[in-house]
Amino acid sequence: MKLKKNIATSENGFIFNPATGDSFSSNPIAAEILQMMKDGKSSSQIKAELLDKYHVEELQLERDWDDWMSQLKDANLLEQ
Amino acid sequence: MITQKLIYERPFIKKMNAGLMNKFGTRTEFQALKYIDGVSVKSLLAEYGSPVFVLSEKQIRRNYQNAVRSFKTRYPKVQFAWSYKTNYINAVCNVFHQEGSWAEVVSGFEYRKALGNGVPGNKIIFNGPDKHPEDILLAIKNDSLLHIDHFDELYSLIELCDTQDKKPRVAIRVNMDTGVYPIWDRFGFNYENGQAWNAITKIIGSGKLKLVGLHCHIGTYMLATSAYAIAASKLCELATNCKNQLHTPIQYLDLGGGFPSTNTLRGAYLPGVDTVPSVDDFAEAITSTILAHGFKQDELPLLILESGRVLIDDAGYLLGTVLANKRLSDGRRATIMDFGVNILFTAFWYEHKISPAQDFTHHSEDMVLYGPLCMNIDVVRESVNLPLLNRGDNVVVHKVGAYNMTQWMQFISMRPNVVMIDEKGNPHLIRKAETLGYLEMQEETPTHLKSINL
Repeated sequence: MKLKKNIATSENGFIFNPATGDSFSSNPIAAEILQMMKDGKSSSQIKAELLDKYHVEELQLERDWDDWMSQLKDANLLEQ
Repeated sequence: MITQKLIYERPFIKKMNAGLMNKFGTRTEFQALKYIDGVSVKSLLAEYGSPVFVLSEKQIRRNYQNAVRSFKTRYPKVQFAWSYKTNYINAVCNVFHQEGSWAEVVSGFEYRKALGNGVPGNKIIFNGPDKHPEDILLAIKNDSLLHIDHFDELYSLIELCDTQDKKPRVAIRVNMDTGVYPIWDRFGFNYENGQAWNAITKIIGSGKLKLVGLHCHIGTYMLATSAYAIAASKLCELATNCKNQLHTPIQYLDLGGGFPSTNTLRGAYLPGVDTVPSVDDFAEAITSTILAHGFKQDELPLLILESGRVLIDDAGYLLGTVLANKRLSDGRRATIMDFGVNILFTAFWYEHKISPAQDFTHHSEDMVLYGPLCMNIDVVRESVNLPLLNRGDNVVVHKVGAYNMTQWMQFISMRPNVVMIDEKGNPHLIRKAETLGYLEMQEETPTHLKSINL
């Protein structure tokens, strides 16, 4: 799953979709993940980095990752 | 080298709506509630399980004393009677009785509960449309105050009196137009069409009953103090007519209950705390009407109040735990709690305030809060903005002291422990959680259905 190419993000978590005019705010970890996605990292790479950096169980992260993907999909931010 | 990992929060985005601004500004309703009367929420959950109801004895007493003060500073003769149906756990009733409250009951079992709690019979008010003959006989024997609801009850009471050598003390319940609609006319005798006066003349004419009071209970969660002023005025009028035309002075006027708590009604535009009149406002409306009616100073009737909800709602909390998070088909977040509408009956008409019981970041999201029942109607909040809750997190539901601990039911899940924190901050278990054994205690299985072979 890749972010749409034209999605604009900022360091403090602001997201803008120029195609629809929608804007979003995000929490810091979401902003960080978005940046990694924009950098072209794979989901397994991103998860490994998060596990390394944050105090979280792998299973919990896996569950939240699925939810994260569904949020991006609902927000129409992913490539079809 | 050991590196400290950062605190994790699940990733979350929120769409920004560039529409009209909320004219009340943005509000964060939630604040972590970690202690109730100095006792930690986590320790209560650890000791008594989740979910658990918690009542604050200190708050109950404070509510009662404030309400009594509101009336007694305005009127010389005031008596409160605790509405058993609001919460009839004995420990709760006895807090009110210790404070000086009589008992107001609406069924035979509530009546016996009040007797069991040590309330003298002559300080029990027996209301309601369903009083069984054996209950009435017991009430007559104990000199309790019988509030008659309908003519059939009146006639059967007159008949029962033939077998008694005691004249029961009675009042009639009067329903009336107070400007609040729909009128609660299913209980009692109507004022406007002369039914109430008819009942009064029948009682006095029978010579077998002693009419001592007049009672009304004009509604529930009443938001208009003016309605109570109208009710008080109509009862005063009836009382004056009783004295002047039937030579029967009325000893007390019972204005019933119906004062609202500060819970927010479902669909209300503004929160309850901002819209609900205070007990002082109701006291002012009622007492100023009675005082202005023209009773002689030594003939002022006793004013009885049967408040329930307003005295206990905000003293009750429900502590619970997040079972799961999920996303609905339209992308909305859904959080499943371990308590549902079977124990939080008031979720049907209130938007209960809910607080997390642990620290959280400033990020929040809109969600639906579901209970654990396998039943579509089990919705605790249709839409609530809360911090990002994870499985195992705890929450506190506020203002649940009224009606939940009487209208609850064991449906799919059983009724949990109820704890009361005393004034010194010590928790006491006042009602044990139900068990399968308790549930099946009343069941009888016919012999031919005792064994199965699958």
